[in-house]
Amino acid sequence: MSKNLKFDILRTALAIGIALLIALVIILFVSKEPFTAISQLLLGPLGTVRHFGNVIEMTIPLVFTGLAVSIMFKASQFNLGAEGAFFFGAIGASIIAMKVALPIVVHPIVAILVGGLIGAVITGIPAILKVRWGASELVSSLMLNYVALFLGLYLINYFFRDVSAGAMVSLPFLETANLLVLIPKTRIHFGIFIAAIMTVLAYYYLYKSKRGYEIIVTGENIKFAEYSGIKTGKVILMAQLIGGFIAGAGGATELLGMYTRFSWQALPGYGWDGVIVAILARNNPILVPIAAFFLAYLRIGADLMSRTTDVQNDVIAIIQGIMIVLIVATSFLSKYRHKMIFNEAKENLGESAKEGK
Amino acid sequence: MGEEILSMQNITKVYPNGIVANNRVNFSIIKGEIHALVGENGAGKSTLMKILFGLESPEEGEIILDGRKLHITSPNVAILNGIGMVHQHFMLVPSLTVAENIVLGSEPRKGKLFLDMDKAIKMAEDLAEKYNFDIDVKAHVKDIPVGTKQKVEILKALLRGAEILILDEPTAVLTPQETEELFKELIILKEKGHTIIFISHKLHEVKHFCDRITIMRNGRSMGVYNTKDVSEEDISRLMVGRDVILTVTKEKARPKEVVLKVRNLTFVNEFGKKALDDISFSVRNGEILGVAGVEGNGQRELVESITGLLKCGKNKILIEGKDISVLGIKELRDLGISHIPEDRMTYGVAENLTIEQNLISNTYDKKELNNGFLMDMKKIIETTVQLVKDYKIKCNSPKQTVKMLSGGNIQKVVVAREFATEPKLLIADQPTRGIDVGATEFIRTKLVELRDDASAVLLVSADLNEVMELSDSLIVMFEGKIVAYFEDTDKITEEELGLYMLGVRKQNNEEIGGVVYE
Repeated sequence: MSKNLKFDILRTALAIGIALLIALVIILFVSKEPFTAISQLLLGPLGTVRHFGNVIEMTIPLVFTGLAVSIMFKASQFNLGAEGAFFFGAIGASIIAMKVALPIVVHPIVAILVGGLIGAVITGIPAILKVRWGASELVSSLMLNYVALFLGLYLINYFFRDVSAGAMVSLPFLETANLLVLIPKTRIHFGIFIAAIMTVLAYYYLYKSKRGYEIIVTGENIKFAEYSGIKTGKVILMAQLIGGFIAGAGGATELLGMYTRFSWQALPGYGWDGVIVAILARNNPILVPIAAFFLAYLRIGADLMSRTTDVQNDVIAIIQGIMIVLIVATSFLSKYRHKMIFNEAKENLGESAKEGK
Repeated sequence: MGEEILSMQNITKVYPNGIVANNRVNFSIIKGEIHALVGENGAGKSTLMKILFGLESPEEGEIILDGRKLHITSPNVAILNGIGMVHQHFMLVPSLTVAENIVLGSEPRKGKLFLDMDKAIKMAEDLAEKYNFDIDVKAHVKDIPVGTKQKVEILKALLRGAEILILDEPTAVLTPQETEELFKELIILKEKGHTIIFISHKLHEVKHFCDRITIMRNGRSMGVYNTKDVSEEDISRLMVGRDVILTVTKEKARPKEVVLKVRNLTFVNEFGKKALDDISFSVRNGEILGVAGVEGNGQRELVESITGLLKCGKNKILIEGKDISVLGIKELRDLGISHIPEDRMTYGVAENLTIEQNLISNTYDKKELNNGFLMDMKKIIETTVQLVKDYKIKCNSPKQTVKMLSGGNIQKVVVAREFATEPKLLIADQPTRGIDVGATEFIRTKLVELRDDASAVLLVSADLNEVMELSDSLIVMFEGKIVAYFEDTDKITEEELGLYMLGVRKQNNEEIGGVVYE
């Protein structure tokens, strides 16, 4: 393991530790039952099969959006359209699931592919605007998320609404479309395998294929990439289309695995969380599932805590905030790192001096 | 001998990337001397001076100024103690005037809020007069030549009361004439009681006008000498620990077919100025054509046009008869062009990626390195390990990031990559700028080897020695035009070349036309 990676892991772990510690101190002050709250937060998800199942259920969509964001960030494209892509991918898949009669197995596959393609369109629009006219993808993708939200709601509420249902929900999905639930007493579904496959594919694509190499080089130094003959416009576009596809497929998987109708009336937030996951995982696909699991665990823990004690689950926002700040702050622990390097360099000097004699 | 005013003792500095830049270095200067600090790139000269100026903090060691121990924690502390520094890359605001730049940070005010421009101009003019600097203080910095910018930097330091002035490779960007002028000015400064530390690796300059010299090698000091006691050869031996052959041995060129044709190439830049004005020349395989000229006379635009970074008109540039105006960079590279860019950190490498990743940026999509959908990692490792060996890139492993390497080794990465494809045409733009003697010699030898393997080489360099040493023939550019062509580089002198470079002399069209072959 390289020293850099070791240091990165240490730094991430410490950032998480400090964030948790601060959260615990806050809980200690505000709560009348701090010990129950803390134990619920930290150990609650391990309490029952159902609660642990919740963690896994939440990990699945986070893996998708974490991968999507990682690939786009790796190309230095700060496209935040994963949120809109996830949402609209889910809408696309819902429509297929409600209205297109297909045989079992084929039905979810088609629905997920359609979801992915729609997701690619959502992140592709800011990408084209960037490549063609130099518009910042950050701004346009952010705005586009709300276009995706309201356009999606319009479609569901006006064309696919189940008027007989008491709430604003779509028609039920055809049964052939639903993903298999794997473990009884939980809602852990077949999507976990799709997420695993996506992770492996994304890793190989990014680190072992020539297209991934293009993304990495373009992301690190676009002028160098151009000088080397890489067609950077194409690469930037490709990275965002792929990111959008993964996010869209994630939205589709989430919906087919967890729901029987489309019932979201707001953005579900998995796209934003994908950014957190990508940062925790340092944009490395292999680390995305771990980061996603960790974030899901925290979320479920906080949820349980707020349900059983007087502490609100907003505490989680504090933990997340501190964590991210510490991780992205490059000078955090840099003194320690420098000392480490200094000592090592000194050791090497000593050794080479000995060899000299 | 005068009194010692400053001494640095046992300075050790380790950079975040683990490089030991200074290893228990001792350095001291005497009041009123010009003290040269020489060494190869990566020897630790700049680091030592950055420590003195408060830009870097050492892990060990102390600085003693006028008998007092001093903690220089920032450039402000250094300035307050009378230490000034002129950096290799100028730190000026291009859109402000000379006077504004000089007073920046210590501006005279009208009331509390407003800048007293008249007073600022007066201050700058008085200062320039005092030190005999010929300079228009109302000119905008973006419009003045490099040599003048340097004067502005020096004046800026003097205004802040610098007694000790550090100059980091001040002549690197100057023409021979500008260099002469700088030396005269430095001697005036010395006579007025200032002490000057002069970082350089141009030995004849050091020999020419410095009093004493400290030589550094590999982060250590190799001792202090009186300049008159050591010869250039002695200094060079102490710097690199062996005799450096600064002349490259090469046989006479045997040029064959024309590879590159440039015909009536004109380029108008964004300010409406003709950066290239009706340029025509040819390069044949088996020869090195040098392009001499002061920087900013169209060389950059010329190189960018040929390498596809700038778009040019139809039938202006042909490679083996093919019009390149419709081709992208990828297609140009497939045609057999290699390019050593002027700015290696921007165009030449991605510093956060590994040596391996940097070495394959022009071949990563070739069949040899791929295995269907995936890249052939084993093959890539084999290839890059071989390149690291062949080009003597000093590193622990090809998996190290490029930014861990010294300048010379980074340039070797670029050269290795660009040469490995056996190009038909190589555009070498300042191939050895700012790198150490060892790496320079290595790269120059490789360039000649490439020529002997029947590549056509276009060499652009601001280093007169380099163009004269390496080129078989030479063209000189001035204000976007070719003003001279010398078929045999051996027959011209440096002084003569300087006159053409500064536009004092110009050949007639017939003489210049000699460089156009069909």
